[in-house]
Amino acid sequence: MSLSTTDIDRLAHLARLGLASEERTRMRSQLNDFFGIVEKMRAVDTTGIIPLAHPVEIMGDVALRLRDDIASEPNQREANQRNAPALENGLFLVPRVIE
Amino acid sequence: MNTPVQATKPADPSLLIMGYEVVIGFETHAQLSTRSKIFSRAPTAFGAEPNTQACAVDLALPGTLPVMNKGAVERAIEFGLAVGSHIAPRSIFARKNYFYPDLPKGYQISQFEIPVVQGGAVEFYLAPSSGSGPSEKRSVRLVRAHLEEDAGKSLHEDFIGQTGIDLNRAGTPLLEIVTEPDMRSSAEAVAYAKELHKIVTWIGICDGNMQEGSFRCDANVSVRKPGAELGTRREIKNLNSFKFMQQAIDYEIRWQIEELEDGRAIQQATVLFNPDTGETRAMRTKEDAADYRYFPDPDLPPLVIAPEWVERVRAGMTELPRVMAQRFCADYGLSDYDATALTQSREVAGYFEAAAQACGQPKLVGNWIMGEVSRRLNLAEADISACPITPAQLAQLVTRIQDGTISNNAARQVLDALWSAPEGSVDAIIEAKGLKQMNDTGALEKIVDAVLAANPKNVAEFRAGNAKALNALVGQIMKGSQGKANPQQVNALLLQKLA
Amino acid sequence: MTQLSSDLHDLTVAQLATLLSERKVSAVEAAQHFLTRAAQHTELGVFLDVQPDITLAQARAADARLAAGNAGPLTGVPLAHKDIFVTRDFTSTAGSKMLQGYHSPFDATVVARLGTGVAGSNPGAGMVTLGKLNCDEFAMGSANENSAYGPVKNPWDTTCTPGGSSGGSAAAVAARLTPAATGTDTGGSIRQPASFCGVTGIKPTYGRASRYGMVAFASSLDQAGPLARSAEDCALLLSAMCGPDPDRDSTSLDVPAEDFTRSLTADLAGLRIGIPTEFFGEGLAPDVRAAVDAALKEFEQLGARLVPISLPRTELSIPVYYIIAPAEASSNLSRFDGVKFGFRADQYTDLNDMYLQTRDQGFGDEVKRRIMIGTYVLSHGYYDAYYLQAQKIRRMIADDFQQAFQVCDVIAGPVAPTVAWKLGGHSDPLADYLADIFTLPASLAGLPGMSVPVGFGAGHLPVGMQLIGNYLQEARLLNVAHRFQQATDWHTAKPQGI
Repeated sequence: MSLSTTDIDRLAHLARLGLASEERTRMRSQLNDFFGIVEKMRAVDTTGIIPLAHPVEIMGDVALRLRDDIASEPNQREANQRNAPALENGLFLVPRVIE
Repeated sequence: MNTPVQATKPADPSLLIMGYEVVIGFETHAQLSTRSKIFSRAPTAFGAEPNTQACAVDLALPGTLPVMNKGAVERAIEFGLAVGSHIAPRSIFARKNYFYPDLPKGYQISQFEIPVVQGGAVEFYLAPSSGSGPSEKRSVRLVRAHLEEDAGKSLHEDFIGQTGIDLNRAGTPLLEIVTEPDMRSSAEAVAYAKELHKIVTWIGICDGNMQEGSFRCDANVSVRKPGAELGTRREIKNLNSFKFMQQAIDYEIRWQIEELEDGRAIQQATVLFNPDTGETRAMRTKEDAADYRYFPDPDLPPLVIAPEWVERVRAGMTELPRVMAQRFCADYGLSDYDATALTQSREVAGYFEAAAQACGQPKLVGNWIMGEVSRRLNLAEADISACPITPAQLAQLVTRIQDGTISNNAARQVLDALWSAPEGSVDAIIEAKGLKQMNDTGALEKIVDAVLAANPKNVAEFRAGNAKALNALVGQIMKGSQGKANPQQVNALLLQKLA
Repeated sequence: MTQLSSDLHDLTVAQLATLLSERKVSAVEAAQHFLTRAAQHTELGVFLDVQPDITLAQARAADARLAAGNAGPLTGVPLAHKDIFVTRDFTSTAGSKMLQGYHSPFDATVVARLGTGVAGSNPGAGMVTLGKLNCDEFAMGSANENSAYGPVKNPWDTTCTPGGSSGGSAAAVAARLTPAATGTDTGGSIRQPASFCGVTGIKPTYGRASRYGMVAFASSLDQAGPLARSAEDCALLLSAMCGPDPDRDSTSLDVPAEDFTRSLTADLAGLRIGIPTEFFGEGLAPDVRAAVDAALKEFEQLGARLVPISLPRTELSIPVYYIIAPAEASSNLSRFDGVKFGFRADQYTDLNDMYLQTRDQGFGDEVKRRIMIGTYVLSHGYYDAYYLQAQKIRRMIADDFQQAFQVCDVIAGPVAPTVAWKLGGHSDPLADYLADIFTLPASLAGLPGMSVPVGFGAGHLPVGMQLIGNYLQEARLLNVAHRFQQATDWHTAKPQGI
């Protein structure tokens, strides 16, 4: 298995990474090197094995903790927007979105 | 996330349009009526100043993590129980990855492979396509209902070349309710949507406010020749009024059929309905739609719902419209149709039961509510809560009809009088307007005898076997009594005298 | 006082805590002393943000608590935080240009627990923050060369890497610029730099310490822990760091906070130490092996018994980890889009271009590589073959450990195949991945693991031994490490010229 340049372009788009062309070339060879060591893993027989999403499941069943429906967060707009790149009237500004 | 299932029902010829069968499935986003957001403690109230209800978690600030709101899960369970679904004992939250400015984390926390509510059905009555005859019972199967978080809002006004992002709505709990492609006409689709709206508002998990976006419907519409595979569907997004829903679907159906007739294939697309033009238009296809890279959210362990919890929720739920309708049939001897009509809303149902119990005449009460009362309410564009006449007054009116004091005609006059002057009493109005039926047999007999004497010709005809002649006599007698005679009584008396 | 404070920096956390509680040294004196040292040793590149005024204010508050008699065992002791933890009073960059100058409106739970407390729930240990420590960008790296703010130098040989991603934390402790530091460990990021810098570090069971306020790398693996100069110090800090955070982190465990110092001195007689064959293969450098073997002999002296065990999927843990971690990272890092906070490119043509430019310029190479890998293994048609397969083998790896713990109490082996390598020594990213081989298995299983100095290898660079315990067995690990440190003095060794 080896990633093509179109694969790299598709992934860069999905991940919104505007990689320069030489960077894409380098990226492609590095990713292909990496997926070389992944081949071993693909060969392992895992029939009947349940994927382990949360490591502590090994200790016993895990269940999502639920909180009571209480609205206790105060308005902290100023503090929360302190690091915003572009603001106007409390709104985050982005280049126009066309639908 | 509609899973197209081959609907096996044979096409109903009366529903075919230009020889095409219409296939509609729905995805509805119902905002759950929790105080706080699904994964944060920020309030959910509508209409606050921009971003004043978006806390660090809602803004996806570095280091923040989701913590699940129990109230949202409870509402999902209530819905599942209301539509006879399976409540999954273990369901999984997954991340749906895509970039959009109103999606703060760059992914939406939703449910993918294992949703919390599975299966179920929404049942309702649908006026027959032919326009006449009894309404038919319909059942639309649900695929699933899953919990997810809402996104923020993009505001395109007043920013030169830019868009403003308000994340107050981000993180509001949603229940996405997905049907099988079971609907075969725009009328059926709207009837389904109205019934679903009734259910979620009835059990109080959603305020149902369509203008504010609390109840948003997406319709997946396709057409096919009867018996053919499902056609390519186009999804009409954000139908936020029942009126537009019908228009949009009808337009879309015509458009698709014309495309096919002109030999063009339908491309899968997401379309928007423009109420001004009455047309649907394909949106700029959202990029990545092909590849959301769903995977289980590592920040959220599985949602586990114990049977005891489901039972606790069940015990705390109000009587469901379906159940109440069944009870109305059993206890009050109403027809399925009437019982359904009288359980359109909790208010109507409550009004009916109060009046029915006060006079012990459920069927009559039902007819009057569905007939005269709702006709007047429709004219006033008001609902039952705004009805000037109390259940007690209606009960009294029905009692007076029942005991023969007044005729139906007279009762309508009483109703009119009450409508404009609700403080009045039924009996007082009957007195004042002199609407009492003549029950004094002596007086009536005089009139009958007079009429018989004055109309020998009709009498002869009747005796000769012309039943019609009787009607003429009855008419004369009613006239003679200024309409106050009780028609049944008149008939009985006449037949007895002519025997 | 003054002659004492001249070597304050040689004292352990435990020793400093005693002086502070006995009021022989004030928190302000201690803070001042370390702030001065930090200013004198900027060449190591460990600190990313220092705010003397804030530090001294915290110190005065600590002195007030000490005076008022409502101090905790660590009140007034200085420490520094890995820049992965967000802080209200210091910038929080995660070593990335993406978060240059970022000010968090809140403190990470771990920072609050060690410092001024969590409102309502936890009074806080009252430790004094010296500043924020350099690390690999978003904790992705094994050499601390992926920081947007320059590499950190190893105090033992400034031409060498301190390891990563908590390289600043390990180097700062080794150089006596702080008595202790926080770190985070996703695939070895506490244990490996601790090993390279000759300090003691522990990564607790996944879920022991709250992840709230840790800039997320790989959510199912990230775990906070302390780095210090002894197991005893680590025990003191870990006791303050851990505990449930039900309001903020759904993956924090429902196990109450513990006093991890309670069994430090317990006897090791009869202790069964599992020795995984796969950790001693030809991949292991002879100098590292020699130091680890000597340490194992020492343990036998202390009454422990060595039991050969097998962790057959040790090598598989590399692809498994480097699929799961990037997959989670690719999603966790999507929030860095230039909309709500952080870096936004100056030049762009439209919204999509803003995303492309911002993320291309804001992220470093290694981060971009992992985002690409993660995006690929989650993408349509590859999910089952890569991500799901990796999650299945992850369970097999976790089960292998449970097998092993049938016959042993703790597992011991090297932390890394070699001692610290030269800065710039690994041109190929894959080389870094392969060097994580011994730390990845415990990370994937969510088990507690630690690094203890056991000697020196080539170039007189430190060698660390890894100790792995079963779930929630941190107290046992710390006990084993403490008894070793009572019998040896490797952990007290000090880099020249510091």
